[in-house]
Amino acid sequence: MREIRAIAKRELAAYFTSPVAYVFLVIFLLMTGFFTFTAGNFFERGEASLAAFFGWHPWVYLVLVPAVGMRLWAEERRSGTLELLLTMPVAPWQVIVAKFLASWVFLAVALALTFPTVITVNVLGDPDNGIIVAGYLGSLFLAGAYLAVSCMTSAMTRNQVVAFILAVVACLFLVLAGFNPVTDLMTRWASPALVDTVAAFSVVTHFDGFQRGVVDLRDLAYFLSVIGFALFATGVIIRGHRSG
Amino acid sequence: MIQIRNLVKAFGPKRAVDDISFSVERGEVLGFLGPNGAGKSTTMRMITGFMPPSAGSVSVGGHDVQQSPIEVKRMIGYLPENAASYPDMTVHGFLRFTAEMRGLDGEARKKAVHRVVERCFLDSVLHQSIDTLSKGYRHRTCLAQALIHDPDVLIMDEPTDGLDPNQKFEVRNLIRELGKTKAIVFSTHILEEVDAACTRAIIIDRGRIVANGTPDELGRPLDEVFRRLTLPDTVKR
Repeated sequence: MREIRAIAKRELAAYFTSPVAYVFLVIFLLMTGFFTFTAGNFFERGEASLAAFFGWHPWVYLVLVPAVGMRLWAEERRSGTLELLLTMPVAPWQVIVAKFLASWVFLAVALALTFPTVITVNVLGDPDNGIIVAGYLGSLFLAGAYLAVSCMTSAMTRNQVVAFILAVVACLFLVLAGFNPVTDLMTRWASPALVDTVAAFSVVTHFDGFQRGVVDLRDLAYFLSVIGFALFATGVIIRGHRSG
Repeated sequence: MIQIRNLVKAFGPKRAVDDISFSVERGEVLGFLGPNGAGKSTTMRMITGFMPPSAGSVSVGGHDVQQSPIEVKRMIGYLPENAASYPDMTVHGFLRFTAEMRGLDGEARKKAVHRVVERCFLDSVLHQSIDTLSKGYRHRTCLAQALIHDPDVLIMDEPTDGLDPNQKFEVRNLIRELGKTKAIVFSTHILEEVDAACTRAIIIDRGRIVANGTPDELGRPLDEVFRRLTLPDTVKR
């Protein structure tokens, strides 16, 4: 446990000692702000909810989360510190979990900084704050799922750019599988059962409930299993490198 | 302290380390010699538990590396090739981190950091970030990391590589001194280091041990012995 804390602390500090963290935070806040208020027609909707805010998250995270996760393993491999880290008295799974948690905390901080939106909607109207809390919870898990996928692709290569692109592609699949225009297209030639099965793999399908204020155990189980699977795969990939 | 039996590492059809066995006791400094690509780093990576062996076994202090990796890693201080460290951290931050990873905290951690900073002459750069350091300091920082938990076993991959003559001299003295109480393995391809620091040397060529003995037993002059026993990498097998 002490080791996990030490690694997570180091990772988190690494974000904030470089300007990248602040650039990320600013871009994230600008993008969520733009999508919510301009593209999402926040004011024209005439309803006191954050639907316009959360609805964009699967898309905003699509580029931003891989940018946060891409360096996690690729950088360690490139600089040779992976050897240092894995010859310390820690199990590889502890390192994997620690790195994931550190980045997840970072994303949680970014998400928390969107609080002015919550204040705005509360000042302007009388929203159901339970739905907003559920939305934040879902958004956090959504980011976690993308992040775990980014961890996995980061472990595949020592090139951060490659890791980033692979993560975007993988996450894009997770979005599109349940994205309405795509599922509508599929219903023309595929059986409804098949469409539903494919859509069940999508983060959009499982994020939907949270946006409506429903915290369904099945949705939670979905996100946790995406995270679990991707981190497990990360472990397999890292073991593969070491075996040569 | 270190027991290596019939160790093999194969990368595809190529056997980087081919059935080597040796042991190192406390109080010994073993020089690991060989041309580039002879399998020195690979052997060290297997001792430190970074790479699993294809066959054979490594045990350190009675623990098998495969069966109880954490116990083995606790006993070892490791200086990897090129002395990798986190460039964005300060020397002090990096040493604190490694101390924490080694299970030290509070007063014990403070003491440990202080001890290695003194030992490796890092006082003047303590709060500088590692990427601003010269190669010599970066090297010493990584060496300090390897010593932070006062390990019984020290594995160093080319500890004097890229250092200036003064720094080389210092590092060799340090190795000799530490070798009185620890089991040390260090690799090098600088032959004068054998006389300067080692109690015993192993010459390895294309994954196999071709000589094992005290510097005097290996014969003189050392560079002639080395050339006779190993093939340059331009020679086809």
